[in-house]
Amino acid sequence: MVTISSEPLSAPLNVGFDYTRSLGPVLGRFATGLRGHTIAGVRGSDGRVLVPPAEYDPVTAEKLTEFVDVGTEGVVQTWSWNAQPLDGQPLSHAFAWALVKLDGADTGLLHAVDAGSPDKMSTGMRVRVRWAAEPVGSIRDIECFEPLDAEPVERQPVVGDDVTMLTTPIHLRYDHTASPEESRYLRGLAEGKLLGQRCPACDKVYIPPRGSCPTDGVPTEDEVELPDHGVVTTFCVVNVPFLGQRIKPPYVAAYILLDGADIPFLHLVLGCDAAEVRMGMRVRAQWRPRDQWGTTLENIDHFEPSGEPDAPYESYAQHL
Amino acid sequence: MGAQLAAVIGTGQTNHTAKRQDVSMAGLCREAIDRAMADAGTDWSDIDAVVLGKAPDLFEGVMMPELFLADALGATGKPLLRVHTAGSVGGSTGNVAASLVQSGVHRRVLAVAFEKQSESNAMWALSIMPPFHMPVGAGAGGYFAPHVRSYIRRSGAPNHIGAIVAAKDRRNGALNPYAHLKQPDITVESVQASPMLWDPIRYDETCPSSDGAAAVVIADEQTAKGRPAAWIHATAMRTEPTTFAGRDQVSPQAGKDAAAALWKQAGIKDPVSEVDVAEIYVPFSWFEPMWLENLGFTEEGQGWKFTEAGETAIGGRLPVNPSGGVLSSNPIGASGLLRYAEAAMQVLGRAGEHQVDGARVAVGHAYGGGSQYFSLWVVGSERPGAR
Ligand SMILES: [Zn+2]
Repeated sequence: MVTISSEPLSAPLNVGFDYTRSLGPVLGRFATGLRGHTIAGVRGSDGRVLVPPAEYDPVTAEKLTEFVDVGTEGVVQTWSWNAQPLDGQPLSHAFAWALVKLDGADTGLLHAVDAGSPDKMSTGMRVRVRWAAEPVGSIRDIECFEPLDAEPVERQPVVGDDVTMLTTPIHLRYDHTASPEESRYLRGLAEGKLLGQRCPACDKVYIPPRGSCPTDGVPTEDEVELPDHGVVTTFCVVNVPFLGQRIKPPYVAAYILLDGADIPFLHLVLGCDAAEVRMGMRVRAQWRPRDQWGTTLENIDHFEPSGEPDAPYESYAQHL
Repeated sequence: MGAQLAAVIGTGQTNHTAKRQDVSMAGLCREAIDRAMADAGTDWSDIDAVVLGKAPDLFEGVMMPELFLADALGATGKPLLRVHTAGSVGGSTGNVAASLVQSGVHRRVLAVAFEKQSESNAMWALSIMPPFHMPVGAGAGGYFAPHVRSYIRRSGAPNHIGAIVAAKDRRNGALNPYAHLKQPDITVESVQASPMLWDPIRYDETCPSSDGAAAVVIADEQTAKGRPAAWIHATAMRTEPTTFAGRDQVSPQAGKDAAAALWKQAGIKDPVSEVDVAEIYVPFSWFEPMWLENLGFTEEGQGWKFTEAGETAIGGRLPVNPSGGVLSSNPIGASGLLRYAEAAMQVLGRAGEHQVDGARVAVGHAYGGGSQYFSLWVVGSERPGAR
């Protein structure tokens, strides 16, 4: 038994992508209008003017096509003070989120009102658009709304080809927390050890350990230290480059079944030509220099052929 | 079973392509929906509930798209359900919609599924590695390629089987006006000459990345009787964990169990002779023989021989993916419902140039995740029991 803390390990996981949006005829018209300092609504089947324009009628589901330009001033229908704006919100200082019913519209548009303080906000107050300094054809072309007594800011509209696409970067920031069992395994890796767990019901050895057996549903506590050698059960050669890739292709992604384990894990095989890698090939871990070790399976830089004879197919066939 | 009869009375799909930049997500869905409603001869007042299928939200970066799409889906004032079972979601969307009619809860249900892959990058979205892990993942192809290798080793299949499937499906796609890829001149040799992406999977053996949507209208017996209908004879879904010791990644137990339940419910004893056409989820060519075995169309280890003998081509014993399948169009979330819709189109006799002569019983199939979700249905030109 190895004595290692089992407090869960945690690390940041940041996921981000610049998503695109093809707008179609209705939202495209809206975005193009904003860039030119006009605000397009659309008339619904019940005669109401919907702003932002809906592509399909909220009552009948029919396609909507009758555009109506509405005013750039309107009335606050309701609001909420946002004292501590987050990154990416319309203003970096405190503002009000408000539903603004523009003159000529029958529905409220959600946007920011730059009122300075909550005591300057009231339901029923009139506000006007403050256009963005550099309009691109997006809801962000409305920088925010402002009370009518604010000093007007002079901003120029932009005329050009119709807006058909938007780019909307989205970023998610997580703390990824490992389970207590996985954390023990990761701390074992930091000491150069491969720690699995055996299920008391089926005797299968899992690495990484899971804390419970996925087939029997019982807790697993019996720790097993595994050797850093085993067999390639199956593999592929990754020749494709892709966004976010961290290993330069071509590389061999292989399922490695450590001796004594009952489930393989994916790792990298180097140390021979990719064309020589085969099912049943015996491999051993090539560890990184000890001063580079952390709580990660990346401490093993890769696996490489051990030179032993291949394992017979029957010995790993049930692990495919 | 006590289930009410249910039938597909209309199907619709988009013209699938790499980038449908002329429409929004809502417009994409409506193209399929409007075609399904026209095919069914129904309007919005006939629809009691809407079921939406969509693969992971990371694919478009829109959380819960069913909310902002409610107007476009005609769901105002109606029940709206969203289904998610990874790549199999189109299939399970059909099953959920069918169950709403079979249970007697609703009379007419619209099922719709979509993916707008051009808004993002699925390879990126499927390769995000959390901390502490070895970053060897390489999208769906990287995930499935080792298991394809295992199938080849286990079955002793020759290397060109995957190319036979790819050439067949792409040629079939050329018969389908809605298909993303239309390659009438593709050959086994040209597939084998295409670049190796995730050895042993080649470029031409890989599904495209598509924008597209599919929709079906499912109705109760009273609505469907006396009009063209694809009667739903059986539906099945099964699931298993992605990894556990001793898991069969080549022919997962959940797939076998789903198929066994399906055949039993449909009263089918010998699938290969009783089913006229199958639309099977084959995103990488080798999955045709793998699923033929998993679904019980052939004995284990024999699927590739069936493929090699040309039995899965149009005109063979069991035409598989006459529409061109996932290899010709892959709007991921919609791909399963496309299989289901194509199965219905076959028994309705509405498959156009890729119609299989005399198709009376057809199977739609989808799988998803790491081969862990399976969805199936059998549809027939006659009511269940009338065969
Ligand atoms: Zn167990």
